[in-house]
Amino acid sequence: MQYLLMIYQNEVEYAKNDEATSQKMLAEYQTFTQSIIQSGNFKAGDRLQPTTTATTVRVREGKTLTTDGPFAETREQLGGYYLIEAKDLNAAIEIAARIPSARIGSIEVRPIWVYDK
Amino acid sequence: MTPGEIDKIFRDEAGRALATLIRLVGDFDLAEDALQDAFAVALERWACEVPDNPRAWLVNVAKHKAIDRIRRQAVFRGKQHALVHELELNALGPGEPIATLDDDMLRLIFTCCHPAFAPEVQVALTLRTVCGLSMAQVARAFLISEEAVAQRLVRAKQKIRLAGIPYEVPEREALAPRLDGVLAVIYLVFTEGYVATEGADLMRPDLATEAIRLGRLLNRLMPDRAGITGLLALMLLHDARRGGRQTPAGDIVLLEEQDRALWDRAQIEEGLRLVEDALRVPGRPQPYAVQAAIAALHARATSFEATDWPQIAGLYEVLLRINPSPVIELNHAAALSMVDGPARALDLVDAIAARGGLRGYELLPAVRADLLRRLGRKAEAREAYRAATEATQLEPLRRLYARRMREME
Repeated sequence: MQYLLMIYQNEVEYAKNDEATSQKMLAEYQTFTQSIIQSGNFKAGDRLQPTTTATTVRVREGKTLTTDGPFAETREQLGGYYLIEAKDLNAAIEIAARIPSARIGSIEVRPIWVYDK
Repeated sequence: MTPGEIDKIFRDEAGRALATLIRLVGDFDLAEDALQDAFAVALERWACEVPDNPRAWLVNVAKHKAIDRIRRQAVFRGKQHALVHELELNALGPGEPIATLDDDMLRLIFTCCHPAFAPEVQVALTLRTVCGLSMAQVARAFLISEEAVAQRLVRAKQKIRLAGIPYEVPEREALAPRLDGVLAVIYLVFTEGYVATEGADLMRPDLATEAIRLGRLLNRLMPDRAGITGLLALMLLHDARRGGRQTPAGDIVLLEEQDRALWDRAQIEEGLRLVEDALRVPGRPQPYAVQAAIAALHARATSFEATDWPQIAGLYEVLLRINPSPVIELNHAAALSMVDGPARALDLVDAIAARGGLRGYELLPAVRADLLRRLGRKAEAREAYRAATEATQLEPLRRLYARRMREME
């Protein structure tokens, strides 16, 4: 099965990290990503720019409405994701728990919708 | 055989038959529907003759019903041939090794208590599928509507399928935390049976009985685990006092007022043996085993006054080290009041209250009220009993506090 692992954390707090801490985190992410590439679980993954760069788009009565910022103000923001292939939810949870940000923020594990052929 | 007797066999075998069926057909809903079909057939046929092995009979008939259902259902088209073929290979003979069937039961328990479900969903799933309670019984147990239960179960089974929750017992390092989750569900069912959250009745004995049944099952399936044995002992010892805990009119009889001759001696003996077993398992002490040891000291005491309060207070200190929580602190304070007196205990309780860790926990004002009453500080005690009354939705508790306030006039 495929799962999207969405990485949520408080981006304002995270931005306060000093250079050494940021570098260490980056290195941990590289190690983690390498490990799930090697194990064959990795499908895709990216880090996102902060929500200050976000734009929200809606179309109402044919008109495109554009607003500054994310759709909802929350304590933790979506900061990145991995798309993985895993045997079942337990395997997906095990991988999610190894994402470095799981220790400071939280990871939402969502199965990918599969359309019946 | 009468329909009543057949119904009892269904009750006893439903969980186990379902556990095996789910493994064979790989789908909760299909397994449940097929088992219902098999029950309907059994009701007709068993009136004349009951098979030697009712469970194997039920599983085999249900399996054929599942094959019929797969053939009828468009959803399975395409996969149909492979599935039916696999099912036909998986015939369950009367000689199926017990170990496989036990594993199925464990798989079912661990799946129902998966941490991906909210606690109330875990409880509903476990009571419905493992214990075989009807939707109406689950609804009544938690004072929610049958519709709400049905909704909860439909969503849960959908999640099992769509999120890929595996039908398995976790291995190695994953097992211990998951087992803790299973025990928490069983204990949640038990505590609701021991002291209900709300309503007219202090206890819901049917829930306590179900929890003990689950505890026994788990203790047999996974022997020599101090947490399981300890929890079973704890539940048996608490439940053994059932007969003494309320008047025929449903009023609470406090521990110090209870007629200990009304306690179930045989059940206490069993609980005491299990506490010994739990404490003998090597490894660090398990919270449930320590709590059971406390319950054992209460059960052994010939009277309230003769209770070994210093040892009980000491065991609460052990609990505070291995499993600290404000609830345990509160219990510790109450026990300590019997050793060092209510004044010292009141200091502890006020310190817990000041930290705010127990905000909303209804027993804190009750414990405070009792200590103030024993100290003769009547006005403050009355105030605390009023707060305790506000904090509970359980009528017998409210009557108890009212009685205490009357006694102080």
